[in-house]
Amino acid sequence: MARVGNARRWSRVAADIAQPVAALIVFVLLWEVICRGFSIPAYLVPTPSAIWADTWKLAGQVSMHTLATTQTTLLGFLASLIVSLPLAVLLTASPAVANTVYPLLVLTQSIPKVALAPILVVIFGSNELPRVVVTFLVAFFPLVLSIAAGITSVPPELIELGRACRASRWRELWRIRLPYAVPFIFSGLKAAITLSVVGAVVGEFVNADKGLGYLIVTSTAFFQVPLAWGALVLLSLLGIILFQAVVIIEQVFFPWAVDADKQAV
Amino acid sequence: MIVLDHVAKTFVTRGGEQVLAIADVSLEVRRNEFVCLVGPSGCGKSTLLRLVAGLVAPTEGKVSIGGARVTEPRDDTGIVFQAPTLLPWASILDNVLFPLDMMRRLDAAGRARARDLLALVGLAGFEGKYPRELSGGMQQRAGICRALVHDPDILLMDEPFGALDALTREELTIELMRIWRERPKTILFVTHSIPEAVLLADRVVVMSARPGRVAEIIDISLPRPRDFDMEARHEFQDATRRIRGLIFGSRGARG
Repeated sequence: MARVGNARRWSRVAADIAQPVAALIVFVLLWEVICRGFSIPAYLVPTPSAIWADTWKLAGQVSMHTLATTQTTLLGFLASLIVSLPLAVLLTASPAVANTVYPLLVLTQSIPKVALAPILVVIFGSNELPRVVVTFLVAFFPLVLSIAAGITSVPPELIELGRACRASRWRELWRIRLPYAVPFIFSGLKAAITLSVVGAVVGEFVNADKGLGYLIVTSTAFFQVPLAWGALVLLSLLGIILFQAVVIIEQVFFPWAVDADKQAV
Repeated sequence: MIVLDHVAKTFVTRGGEQVLAIADVSLEVRRNEFVCLVGPSGCGKSTLLRLVAGLVAPTEGKVSIGGARVTEPRDDTGIVFQAPTLLPWASILDNVLFPLDMMRRLDAAGRARARDLLALVGLAGFEGKYPRELSGGMQQRAGICRALVHDPDILLMDEPFGALDALTREELTIELMRIWRERPKTILFVTHSIPEAVLLADRVVVMSARPGRVAEIIDISLPRPRDFDMEARHEFQDATRRIRGLIFGSRGARG
């Protein structure tokens, strides 16, 4: 019984992977054929083969840039998580605190991050820090909202059960509210990791000497258009890989939360 | 055992309005007695239960257990809710042990008692399973174990079978009477179902709504052990008819 179930699951996984891969291959082939067929110039839309060739030629440099962007993304993402968790707890602690903190949060979100980035460079200097701060500012808000939603969506009976056991508020938070919020935290993390990549690129556009955002700015300035496209492809790959990493972490460490997610949907 | 002495409870709504949920309720529940609370929705049955649990404080009057005034949740009460509300991240055994853990009283004796209770409700072998792997009825059985794990004298049940299908509901009703026979407790049981109340209770407290009051207390003289075949008896029929009459007026009694 179990073996049949497993076999069926694996064939479904294979189909889940095979179909998107096939679609992707068809898309890339069509792109190549159309570019060549209509002889579209490479400085407008380069062919996939040209993108590959130009990017591969500079593999060493490109991987250095990719690593730099990955680092900024992850640092900003980590900062978002570290700040959002206590912030969400604070927001849900009492209506008075929420009324004080929430408007400030909305204010940080209403500032266009691209406009803020050069000012951050003036404040923090020309280094990694302003880029991480921009990444953080872009990524943390949805995370705070989903953690707060998770903390407040605990069934009232569970809170009553905690109170009936005379659990302290701290213990209630730690043993009931936060575990209950895990599926919400992960849906926030999935949004945050995607936004972190965006934030890192914004930071690199404004001030950087390396990174994929920097590579796009410099290569377009020097008409190395296929290289810029290569950086773009790498950025989306980076986004997909980091997103899947969050998904896998949830599945491995919180398998029950994945189920709760599905039930919620 | 449990004494409610002229208890009233007023809630303040979000709009600042005062709502009288319970007005002047006096009730005495004897040790190891099975008392059911029935009444229309909004009659304050659940509020009454939470007053006894020490989860809400009365606005007027006094709630006491064993002569001591109830001011906060006590160790000698256990609660079962309408939804099992098990922790999705914990195994069935850990769910049952959760109150002990929260009270910082988790020890080997507690673990042994939890396993005993799970066996008592027919969940032996499910200790390591997770709530999502169990049916609604099985989850509620685990919920009952969770309420009993710290060996309380008083079991408070807030429509515990309300969310279950009719067959599972009958099964658990019989099951609860067996558990109560094997581990005598004082049980306060809130329900919407009149036949369920009559079958379970030594006494049925019929409440009226807005504000919640005790309309009448009815003694059920059916012999124990009871089962669903007793629904045909005239004592059963008389009791249900009387309760229905009290809740709906003569209209319900005739229909």
